[in-house]
Amino acid sequence: MISVSDLEFRYGEGEFRLRVPELKVERGVVAACIGPSGSGKTTLLNLIAGIIVPQGGQVVTNQVDVAALSDEQRRSFRITNIGLVFQEFELLDYLSVLDNILLPYRINPALKLESAVKDRAVALAEQMGIGDKLERHPGKLSQGERQRVAVCRAVLPEPALMLTDEPTGNLDPANKGRVLDLILDYAKQSGATLLTVTHDHDLLERFERVIDIKEFGVIGGDER
Amino acid sequence: MKQTLYLAWRYLAYHKVKTAILITSITLIVFLPVGLRVLVDQSSQQLTARAVATPLVVGAKGSPLELTLNTLYFRSDFPEMMRHEQVTRIDTTGLALAIPMYVRFNAQGHPIVGTSLEYFDYRSLAIAEGRQMVTLGECVLGARAAAALGVGPGDFVISSPESVFDLAGVYPLRMKVVGVLAYSDSPDDEAVFVDVKTTWVIEGLGHGHQDLTQPDAATYLLSRDSANVVGNPAVVQYNEITEDNVDSFHFHGDISQFPVTAVIALSPDQRASALLQGRYQSPDETVQVVRPAEVMDELLGTILTIQSFITAGAVIVGLATLATAVLVFMLSLRLRRREIETLRKIGGSRASVATIMVSEIVVVLIVGVVLAGGLTFLTSHFGSAAIRVFITM
Repeated sequence: MISVSDLEFRYGEGEFRLRVPELKVERGVVAACIGPSGSGKTTLLNLIAGIIVPQGGQVVTNQVDVAALSDEQRRSFRITNIGLVFQEFELLDYLSVLDNILLPYRINPALKLESAVKDRAVALAEQMGIGDKLERHPGKLSQGERQRVAVCRAVLPEPALMLTDEPTGNLDPANKGRVLDLILDYAKQSGATLLTVTHDHDLLERFERVIDIKEFGVIGGDER
Repeated sequence: MKQTLYLAWRYLAYHKVKTAILITSITLIVFLPVGLRVLVDQSSQQLTARAVATPLVVGAKGSPLELTLNTLYFRSDFPEMMRHEQVTRIDTTGLALAIPMYVRFNAQGHPIVGTSLEYFDYRSLAIAEGRQMVTLGECVLGARAAAALGVGPGDFVISSPESVFDLAGVYPLRMKVVGVLAYSDSPDDEAVFVDVKTTWVIEGLGHGHQDLTQPDAATYLLSRDSANVVGNPAVVQYNEITEDNVDSFHFHGDISQFPVTAVIALSPDQRASALLQGRYQSPDETVQVVRPAEVMDELLGTILTIQSFITAGAVIVGLATLATAVLVFMLSLRLRRREIETLRKIGGSRASVATIMVSEIVVVLIVGVVLAGGLTFLTSHFGSAAIRVFITM
């Protein structure tokens, strides 16, 4: 579950300010966050994930006040609780598809890379239709395939909260549906909470809840 | 740590060219000064060892270095000639055993060393195969020369002409191989040893031909009187010395005036050595006595000076390369900012991300140092052979 109250955030001394008086997303709910470009959708996602911290207010994610945690604590919290899918996929070119999926396990000592995890990664890749491309590098994949790799990487640690930033933003209609299906299926099957940032209004009907960031107080400039 | 090393390795393996350039740079930075040092130490050792074992060399006045290099290492550049009478001169003093050396010709790139049998005892050269040379035209080969020419006892080697365009010059002589020396890890391994008289035959100072005093040789005669027999150009000259024709070989002129390039003088003690050197101090003297150890020390002094310049240069280039490598790493970190952010976003701690980057540098350094170590090892094992080839070139 996500609970945000009296949140205030700004980048340095810039004009952009994000104010969220109150936002709640219940456990197991699949929600979409919409709003114009530069309105603070990605910033809100980063605040919830603990990647950045607000200047004021509270961000409670899975009953933990993320803003009150230290940098190291927020990192540990993120590893065990949150699956992130980025708009630009954020895959590492020098790793194979399988190694990209297993990356959270390779850089976090808290996550043990056992053979069962590898088997699960392979199964996930097959489920996503990229099972035959495990040894390829991201540079050799299509946009849709790369996004599916990113989704596999986010889902593999079985997080209780999925935060996805424009996961279908760079995809053709066929791949859009496929990737969204996979994310929604995971959320439904695991009971995870899902918050997806999107500007694609055609997809909104597939979400239980739609949050329009314009309802919050966004002042001036563009978010970074 | 295993996972960190794995990620570092994957990065380096994916960026093969960049990694190869960095490793090559590190290898050269480490190897150049170290390898050069090893090479110089080895060359010093090699040059010094043979020079110290050769107390005195007598030769015509000129460059002591040329004389030493020719006599000890059989360099193809031969020094000024001196007459064979100098061998007798030393012998008659009773102050040293004189070993003549005539190193001028070669057989397919291997120096032909004209000397006496005392040379083999003095250098402790043992016959590994066959026997010692006994008569004119026989030769004994060093181990490497025999292997390189693919010959053994019973085979033949032919001296190489000095110039194919010089019709009046040195003609090839076919020499019978009667023995092969045991490997000695010295320039002797590369040589073709013959009696000094055989080298005079090669030079054309002695020759063999049909016996014109026989009645059946009348068709080869231009004229005959009580004192002289003059043959015509149809007289067959031998280009090989065999048991059948060896008696026909003879030298024209006074053998004491025939050339040698040097004499190795082996004095029984220091006193005799000092006395012998004293005999050659006159300003009118046409020959010189050199102490090879001193000549080589002087040469090594020059080499060490050059080495220190080269080392200084290598260190400066090394530091510049290292600075470039550091710059490459720093630029690489800037280019990888997004990747670093991704690693942090998906849960990598600052320490684990930094460890991955540092591991990449450490792996490159270790591989570079190991390769430099390997090259240094190869230099220490094969450098001496390379130096020998260089010296005997």
